[in-house]
Amino acid sequence: MAHEAPAGALDALDRRIINTLQDGFPVCERPYAQVAAQLGTDEQTLIGRLGRLLDERFLTRFGPMYQAERLGGAFSLVAMRVPAGDLERVAGIVNGFTEVAHNYEREHEFNMWFVLATETPQAIAEVLGRIEQASGYPCYNMPKLEEYYVRLRLPV
Amino acid sequence: MDMNRFRDHLRAIRGPIGSLDRTDIALIGAIEKGLPLTPRPYAEIARGLGLSEQQVVDRLAALRSQGTIKRLGVVVRHRELGYRANGMVVWDVPDDRVAELGRSFSRYDFVTLCYRRPRQLPEWPYNLFCMIHGKSHDEVRARIGQLVQECGLQSVDHEVLFSRRRFKQCGARYHGSDAPQPAREAGYGT
Repeated sequence: MAHEAPAGALDALDRRIINTLQDGFPVCERPYAQVAAQLGTDEQTLIGRLGRLLDERFLTRFGPMYQAERLGGAFSLVAMRVPAGDLERVAGIVNGFTEVAHNYEREHEFNMWFVLATETPQAIAEVLGRIEQASGYPCYNMPKLEEYYVRLRLPV
Repeated sequence: MDMNRFRDHLRAIRGPIGSLDRTDIALIGAIEKGLPLTPRPYAEIARGLGLSEQQVVDRLAALRSQGTIKRLGVVVRHRELGYRANGMVVWDVPDDRVAELGRSFSRYDFVTLCYRRPRQLPEWPYNLFCMIHGKSHDEVRARIGQLVQECGLQSVDHEVLFSRRRFKQCGARYHGSDAPQPAREAGYGT
């Protein structure tokens, strides 16, 4: 990956900032000052470090994580079983749909796994129909039925 | 949906969605790219919306407590931070035990996502999915072993599907840079 940066480029303060902000960010007048005090640094240093971590792409984002369904969108996880020799062609077809948010090859007979994101629940089935038609393989639709609360956090 | 579509979607909304009024929708639209990196970020958002800082603070706190905003904070690019092994672990759990096990799994720090999904019989018998990120395949396997042991899953069929490569990654870009689109957080919102 061209944009990969080594994790070694992070110093101790960077790591503490990342670990702290994975747990949340305050909603108050001076949130950076509050977090900075907690980390034993100052507001301007924290703001500068965060900007750098975003620019250097250690972080994908800094902001709100939404419960997207509450905003009217629909999501699903979809699996396909594609013969190895046909994987590139089918990946090209699947990736060509703007509704496909990300698509991974996984080590399994079900070897292609992608996330579909549409503006309405009805559009999921419609897009899957078009992918099946274009690729010639069935799509296995596996929408979430229940989500178990996970404190998404990777210590660095 | 990708973020341009998401923005169009927000703009197209004329009325309230569920409990969200138009000001909430405008606020969500204003911060979806990310929070401003200035000492009083909520004051800056407020100026753009014609609200007071206090109104923005109150509404964000409400959106968070009602769950529309799951969390404010950072999302890491896990590969770039050394988490190179990404295993989707799937379990064939008796239906009456799924919720209990899902809740048990989510207590482990190394489980980053956990969902119940439909089986696709006969080809796909698994109904509980969790994601485990680790620094190596062996580390992920060791953690699966820990789950089996500690949750008493010796008789429950499971498989791990390691990612081999990313065919596509796009979507959520929120922090407003014009850099190429970073990876979407694995499983975000699915």
